[in-house]
Parts: sequence; C-alpha cells; structure tokens
Amino acid sequence: MSSPPRSSDPRLTAAASESLGAAELEAQLDELLDAVLSSRRTATRLAQALAPLARNLQDFVLRWAAVIARTNAEMAYQFAAAAPAALAAMDTSTAEAWIIQAMDTYDRQGLYRGSAVFKNAQEFAELAGSQLCAVTFEDVAQVLNLFLCGLSGRRLKLDTAARPYTDTETIHLPARIAIFPTKEENFLVYKAIATHLWAQARFGTFNRDIAAVVAGYPDPERALELFSYLEALRLDACIGRALPGLGRELRKLRGDDEETDPRLARLQSADATVDDTVAVLAETYASLPPRSYSYMGRLRPELIAPVRAARIAKEKAAFRAALKQMLEEDGEPRAAGAEQRFSVRASSAAEDPSAQSYDLLLDGEPVAPPPQVAGLIDSILQDLGEIPDEYLAPAGDGGYRAEDREPSASDVWRGVYHEEGAYFYNEWDHGRRHYRKNWCVLRELDVHSGRPDFVDATLAKYAPQVAQLKRTFELLRGEDKLLKRQKNGDDIDLDAVIEGYADMRCGMELPERLLVKRHKSERDLAVMFMVDMSGSTKGWINDAEREALVMLCEALEVLGDRYAIYGFSGMTRKRCEIFRVKRFDEPYSAAVRSRIAGIIPQDYTRMGAAIRHLAMLLNQVEARTKLLVTLSDGKPDDYSDNYRGEYGIEDTRQALIEAHRSGIKPFCITIDREARDYLPHMYGPVNWTLVDEVARLPLKVADIYRRLTT
Amino acid sequence: MSPKTTPFHARVLKPEAHLIEKEPYYEPVGDEIALFEAAYATQIPVLLKGPTGCGKTRFMEYMAWRLKRPLITVSCHDDLTAADLVGRYLITGNETVWVDGPLARAVRCGAICYLDEVVEARKDTTVVIHPLADDRRILPMEKRGELLQAPGEFLLAMSYNPGYQSVLKDLKQSTRQRFIAIEFNYPQPELEKKIVMTETGLDAGNADQLLKLAQMTRNLKGNGLDEGASTRLLVHAAKLIRRGIAPRAACRGAIAEALTDDPEMLRAIHELASSLF
Repeated sequence: MSSPPRSSDPRLTAAASESLGAAELEAQLDELLDAVLSSRRTATRLAQALAPLARNLQDFVLRWAAVIARTNAEMAYQFAAAAPAALAAMDTSTAEAWIIQAMDTYDRQGLYRGSAVFKNAQEFAELAGSQLCAVTFEDVAQVLNLFLCGLSGRRLKLDTAARPYTDTETIHLPARIAIFPTKEENFLVYKAIATHLWAQARFGTFNRDIAAVVAGYPDPERALELFSYLEALRLDACIGRALPGLGRELRKLRGDDEETDPRLARLQSADATVDDTVAVLAETYASLPPRSYSYMGRLRPELIAPVRAARIAKEKAAFRAALKQMLEEDGEPRAAGAEQRFSVRASSAAEDPSAQSYDLLLDGEPVAPPPQVAGLIDSILQDLGEIPDEYLAPAGDGGYRAEDREPSASDVWRGVYHEEGAYFYNEWDHGRRHYRKNWCVLRELDVHSGRPDFVDATLAKYAPQVAQLKRTFELLRGEDKLLKRQKNGDDIDLDAVIEGYADMRCGMELPERLLVKRHKSERDLAVMFMVDMSGSTKGWINDAEREALVMLCEALEVLGDRYAIYGFSGMTRKRCEIFRVKRFDEPYSAAVRSRIAGIIPQDYTRMGAAIRHLAMLLNQVEARTKLLVTLSDGKPDDYSDNYRGEYGIEDTRQALIEAHRSGIKPFCITIDREARDYLPHMYGPVNWTLVDEVARLPLKVADIYRRLTT
Repeated sequence: MSPKTTPFHARVLKPEAHLIEKEPYYEPVGDEIALFEAAYATQIPVLLKGPTGCGKTRFMEYMAWRLKRPLITVSCHDDLTAADLVGRYLITGNETVWVDGPLARAVRCGAICYLDEVVEARKDTTVVIHPLADDRRILPMEKRGELLQAPGEFLLAMSYNPGYQSVLKDLKQSTRQRFIAIEFNYPQPELEKKIVMTETGLDAGNADQLLKLAQMTRNLKGNGLDEGASTRLLVHAAKLIRRGIAPRAACRGAIAEALTDDPEMLRAIHELASSLF
C-alpha cells in the first residue's frame, strides 16, 4: 500500500513552488479518481478549475483527494469539484475541518449526506466564522448525559435532531448551537433545552394525551403550538422552584419578554398540572398568540405514545415481578388467597407535589425497596403520578419476563442487523489524522467449550516442563521477607540490639533501628492476554496457542497474579468480536479449561477495536502494574475496507498509545518472522518478542512472562 | 517527628483520656441504639456497615458516651499487622519493655475498641480478633505467652463499607459471622436536613438545595461516580456556606472536587449545583 501523502511527500514538494498546469493536474486526478471517472465524466473540468490555484493549495487538494479516495472515490471527486470555491472562501485549517466534517458525515450517514457537506462549502465557511463561540453536541453530550442522570433517576439517552424533542426516553438536541456570542451562553442553551425536555417527563406533560387534546381544536397545529408555549410557562415555573439557579438563567435567556396576561397566572402556581395547561389552552386559544423561546423543544405526541405505552407495560410487569421477589425473600408465606399485602402511602412532608414520594408498605409495615425497585417506583410515578392498585399484586408467574430480557450479544444474528448489546469504539484513520467516531461495533461472545481432555493431554505432554515451570514461578511468588534493622516492626532484631549495646558501652548512642519487620512483597499486577483467533491461526498455530495458554495458566496459578484471557477476531468494522475465555474475577476452573480447549480460528484481526475494549476491561481492575499481552501471528488485517496494511497498523498503534496513556503496558508475543518490520512501530522497540518456532511457543510464553514481570 | 519519639506513639491512645464527656450530636435513624445496647449487654461484637460519611464513627462516639466507656479507635490500613493491634516489645535503655497495642489496651481497661474500615487491614490481622469476637472473649498474646480475658465492659466493634466492589477487599465469612451487623445508610431527606442544619446552623432554604444536590449525585452512583455525596460532605459544604462562601463555590470545593477527578463528571456536578443555587 502506498504511504500516506503528507506535505513532505517528495512527489509534491520536488517541483518547487510553481503551480501545476491543467494537464499535470488532470493526470494526477485521473489516477486518484479512476474508479468514478468515465468517458462522460472526466477530470478535465476539475483540473481546469484547480489550475489557477497557488501550488500549495493545489498540493493541499491533491493530498486530501488521495486520502479521501482511499475511503470513497466519489467523495474525493465531490471534494475536488468543491475545493476551488471552498479554498477561496476559507483558509486551509478551516478547510481541513470542513473535510473532516464531510468525512464524518459520510461515515455515519452515507454518500449522499457526505457529499452534501462538500457541496455546501459556502455554508460551512459562514458557520466557521461563528465557530469560535459555537458549542457542538459532541462537546456537551457526556456532560449533559451525566447532568440529566443526576437530575432524575431515569436514565435518558441523548441524540441529535434538527429540532429538539423528547419521546420520554431519548432527548434529541440540536447538533450545534451558536445563538449567542460566547461558548458559555451557548452551553447554557443546551443545558436549558435538555432540562426543559427532562422537565416535560418529570412534571407530567405527557400525563394527558396531547394529540387528543389538540385534535379538538379547529387548527390542531396552532393549538399544539400554543399548548407548547403554555406548557413551557408552567415548566419554567416548576424548574424555577426545583432548580432556582437554572430558573434565573432561563429568565435571562427569555430576556425581558415576560408574559403578563392574567389568565396565565395559574400556570405558575405550585400545584399547576398539565390539566391546568389544557384548561388555559381552552380559555386562550382564540386570543393568545403562541410564542417560543430559544430553549423550547417541540412536542411530538405521535412519537411519545408508543414509547410511553411500552414502558408503562414493561415497568408494570417488572414492578410486580419485583414485589413477588420481595415476598419470596420475606419468607413468611400467608395462606393462599389472603388479601393484597402490599400497599403504598404518600410519605408526609412534601410541599412540592412533584417531589411527592411514596413509602412501600408490606402488611402495613414500611419496607425498604431494593434500589432497582425504588427506581421503578420513581419512574412509574413520573408516568402515572401514582401507584395504581393493580400494580401492587405480585406477579403470578414470570409470564412477562421474556419481554424485558436484556439484549444479548448474540441477538445480532436474529433478524435484522442492529447494534444493541454492542460496544462502540473509535478508529484512527491515519490519512485523515482523525478518529472515525463509533466506527467499530464490538461484541463480547462466549467461547464454546472444547474437548475436555485437551488440557490434560497438554499437561501430560509437557509434564516435566510443567513441573519445572511451577518451581520457577514458586520462587517468584511474593514471599514474606524479613527486613532487619527497622525503626518499626513486629519483633526485636537481636543482632542489632547486641551491636547497639556494644556501641552504647563505647559511649555512642543506641541506634534506632532495632526491630525486624515482616514484609510481604505483593505482586500487585494484573495481566490481560489477548489471543489472536483469526483464520490464519488455523492448524498447528492454534494448537500451539492453546497449549501455551494452558502452560501459562498453570504458571500464573502458582504465582497468584490476576489474569484474564480473551480472544479476538471478527469481520469488518460492524462485527468485531471478543471471546471471553477467562475473566479477571473468574477462577481457573474446569469451565475455563474447556474454553481454552475450545478456542478455534475465526475470521480476521481488526486489532484496534480489540485493544481498546480489552484496555477498557483492564482499566477496571485495580493494580499497580497492568499488562496487556498480545499473542499474535501477524499484522492486523480485516476483510475489505482497507484495514489491511498501513491503515490497520496505524490504528493498532494508536489504540496501543491510548492504552499506554491510561497506564497499561502493552507487550506482544508473535510468531511472524516479518514482525521486525512493523511491530517496533506499533509496540515500541522493546515491547515485543518473536518466537520463531511455533512448536516452542507453549514453552516460551510462560518464560517470557516471567522475564517481563520480574 | 523528633528522634526520641517512637513511631508507635501515635497509635497507642491513652484509653482513659478518651472518655467522651460531651454528648456527641447523633440523630437515630432506626433502632440502631437499642440494637447496639443489647449487643453490648450480651457481649456480642458489632459490625457497622455502610457507605463512607453516613455517620458510623459518630454513632460509635455517641454510643461510647451513652455507655460511658472509653472509645479506642483504630483506623485500619493495609500495613496494619497483628503486632500493631496486640502489642510488641520495645527497647528502652537496657531492657525490653512490652507495650500494649490498642486492642490489648482496650481489653485491659474494658473499653470499646472500634476498628474503622476493617477491610483495609491485612487478612491475617483480622484473624487475631477471632478468639476475642466469639464467646471465648480472649486475646492471645503470643509473645508474652499470655491470654487476656476480656472483662464484661469490653466491646469489639468494627466498620465496613460494602460499597467497595473489590474482590480483594471483602470480609471473610469467618470474620463477619461473629458479629451483629447494623446497616447504616444516608438518612432520609428530612432527617438529613435536620442533621445538616443542627451540625452547621445552615438555613433551611440552602439546606434543602444541598440535599437535592446530594440526591442528584447519588443518582449518579454507578454512572461514573463510585459514591454519591455523603452526609459528611454536605456538612462540609454547609460549613463553607455558613462562612460566607458562595454556595456554588462551596459545592464545587466540598462536593464536586471531593467526589471525582474526572473533568466531565466535575462539570456535570458543577452544572447541577449551579442549577440549584
């Protein structure tokens, strides 16, 4: 694969600073865009448009066209076509941002949307002017997510949409806000929108069927608009009471534009509910013009009803099942057919009706519900405002349970392809020098058990070596060491005392260090083994890998280090797979042994995503030293989308750099004789080793590990 | 430290000096006082479970005052050895002198010995308390070849935070099954408000908002925070506010920064606080 064109590319810098002619440009573009050119569509026009540009700009265009063409040739064509006008309107760093945005859009939404970004270069250039003060969804998503999670027990998802709205489970926010001249104010708008949409759910906007309410008016569209406005007034008052700090800020965002219509006063009172809004709507429909504020979302009743209905049904089932479980744990069965044992009571002391809380009573005695039940109660109260009686009958049998099963990773193979139950990881595109966001879809799967006799056979095969291995590792084990001449310790160090007394007799001072201390040098170490399960390991490499793991486990069990073993494979970015062989918190059990035996070659090796995932798992373990050891047989590789070659190596390198930054030490054990060409670049000059004889792998791996950790 | 003082000095508390004379402020949440008193009367050791800063240590002080026994607190750490608890020989001048550890001292004078955060101590250390924690009630002092029989006034208590999810920091069944366990949690909002106000003299309005913030951070537990804001943190924030620090700044210093180092989480908590104040 060709090297990435950089500004230092000799082809581009050799010819001094003279501009390229149209013919030269056309030749280069022909080569780059070959895939999308035809007799009808040639690069001639593109080249003519580029010819008048300065040489550095021409180089810029060619360089990026090459990078983009590697992802998609049509996008590169669109870029080359839009570039002359774009470069007239913006400088190169803005243009780079423009390209990255177009490519991100392409990655996420496809060619049509992606090329639209290229075509709208003018618009981007104008927006870029306000770039300094703009706040984007990506900037704020994580903070707002935590913010909302803090506000309410119910976890809300965040997503982007042209106009903000919520379906009660997901809050849709604009992709970018640049209304005000500072970032702080624009962030505030984000926060205000998010809080407002949260408040719709929290303060019961959806407790009335809004669609039915507005349908009764001659102009439902207008009625909905007015309703939104009135409801916003009510919610502002609610927010002002619950979150006075934010209330003040909302007032600032509204400006001096306060409504003084006396008919609206009742919306501001503390006990106003959505019913009051509906009533005020009826009174004012004819005469009040609806207004809107910058932070007001749109009400989408048609989207809310199904989501809400599904949640209510699910939570009802879950709540009743939870009650049943509480009864079982309570362990005091009553005669069958006894009257309902659960009840709820509004707890006292709640001035604010929205903050009303309920106590759960069992046989008239308050019981403390487990946290998930408390969360359910809260969520049910948000939807219904009360706990209806039929909820309080513990579920008969688990008839509902099948419905709210957690999505499992293997669901992906049922029916349509979807991305539930998966992890998303960014991938480094070295050409663009940017991450492709959430590019890889990764799942954790179980390794199926293999032949149960594999481990025993291996141990028998290497019996003498295993015995020796165990002895070597026993020596390494953190034994109690007796530290002499300590200031502080468990017992008296007689040698030191005798010496000290002699000193004292000679007129010197008695030394302080007269004690012995037992010190346990603990190996505070966690190691993650990442095993290549790609198709290329098929046959004896796979056997050697599995045998190596068996030997390693024997050694590590002696040593007592915490370790985990995961396999990795996959095909394309949509199907990266991680296979659990042994988790950190799992003992080296028969199940683990049979899973080691069950490691079979799968597909390709998209290493970047695997490293990112395993580094994430490793970082959840508390240890002074964290090691990520890769057992590999070759370069990172994947089917299609050019992961093979430089792209894959650079992504893997980037993933390893990320891991290193988070405090993980990566190391690679490979059997690829050509490893010297790429491993030093990925892992660093010393963090890898080559075992060139596959047959020796089982014997070597434990030994390498020993050297690595002492 | 001056060269003459031994490093053990700090750990050996003078038990008689630790009689609590003034009633510590404590709000009972449930029947924990009755439970503790019954345990004391029947000589069964007590295990206090609960998240950090919910009042376990204050409860111990209160009970020590109530029962009029000295309280010897040992803050456990991962280097705490058995000798640290039981005692050791020291050399002074020409002879060796036995110095009791805090546990032995507590047994001798019939005090309440409170092992704070006991899971932090090394596993072998906790075994030392086993014979003391069952009906034998003896403390073997191997180095002296003695057994110390605890008087009826002696009580062993320890605290433990089950919120730590680490497998390494868990109590052994053989240890925990010797104790009567009292579970602590953050008090109900009304009670917590009263505690914050009584401890610091903060006005009701600010106390309400502080409690809301506490609830919000507790909502974030498991979503990026290991623990929500404890009652202790609320008291800290309230004290700062009482000293004239602006509430937002007080929450940032006493709550947000104390809970996390993660910049996004800090920002989120700060946004929550500035929404409330």
